[in-house]
Amino acid sequence: MSLILFWIFAGLMLLFGLGVVLMRNPVSSAMCLVVSFVGLASLFFTLDAFFIGIIQILVYAGAVMVLFLFIIMLLDLKAAPARKLNVMAWTGSGLVLVGFVALMMQVVLGNPALHAAMPALTADYDDVQQIGLALFTNFNFPFQIVGVLLLVATVGVVVLSRKELK
Amino acid sequence: MEVSLAHYLAVSGLLFAIGMAGVLLRRNILVIFMCLELMLNAANLSLVAFTRFHLVDGLPNFNAQVLVFFIITVAAAEVAVGLAIIVALFRKMQTTHVEDLNSLKF
Repeated sequence: MSLILFWIFAGLMLLFGLGVVLMRNPVSSAMCLVVSFVGLASLFFTLDAFFIGIIQILVYAGAVMVLFLFIIMLLDLKAAPARKLNVMAWTGSGLVLVGFVALMMQVVLGNPALHAAMPALTADYDDVQQIGLALFTNFNFPFQIVGVLLLVATVGVVVLSRKELK
Repeated sequence: MEVSLAHYLAVSGLLFAIGMAGVLLRRNILVIFMCLELMLNAANLSLVAFTRFHLVDGLPNFNAQVLVFFIITVAAAEVAVGLAIIVALFRKMQTTHVEDLNSLKF
């Protein structure tokens, strides 16, 4: 059962991930990316990471993709004329990709330690509570640094999107 | 056959490869940016899979889930700044095609 669910969600994620790369129109790419993120969130749910899955949907499928769609709408892109393919770039990229996938599959599928079944959770737990505990005790300082980072990003975006850059 | 860590790692690697293909092959700067997000998410998937398969006292290792939380936060900040830069670039150059953005090219 969990294997069927895994393949459904993984297939959905990879298929729409391919859609992001293959669609000509940026809006279609963005829509494919939303579905791909929802598939990824479902994979997080199959891994019992419910909090991360919810955050994935809220932050990525919600906030980030809305931002992308707004920017695509604001830029008002004209249909670009088709350009001729750069054969060198395509051959090089293809070689790098085939090499990467082959090497990764060899490492992942060839290691018997990675083929053990999913171990059962023996303790009862509440993952939001556990993550919150770790976030506010062990990782309290990085958490505050991330807060500063978000503030800096907000100020930076406001400065960057002023009418005239000086 | 049971779901194993190898399944999740293989899917995560394939998602990373799809994202990398987009970054290498697409010429629209917005689509390249979306594919960067795909690659970040592939890394997140492998982290979460490792937390679930390497239990500590019968619980997933939540430190890695906190790391995923930080990655998502930083990625959101990165998207905001990146899109602002793309908008500023579009105002100046009137294009999102990377081959037209060659003023730094040697």
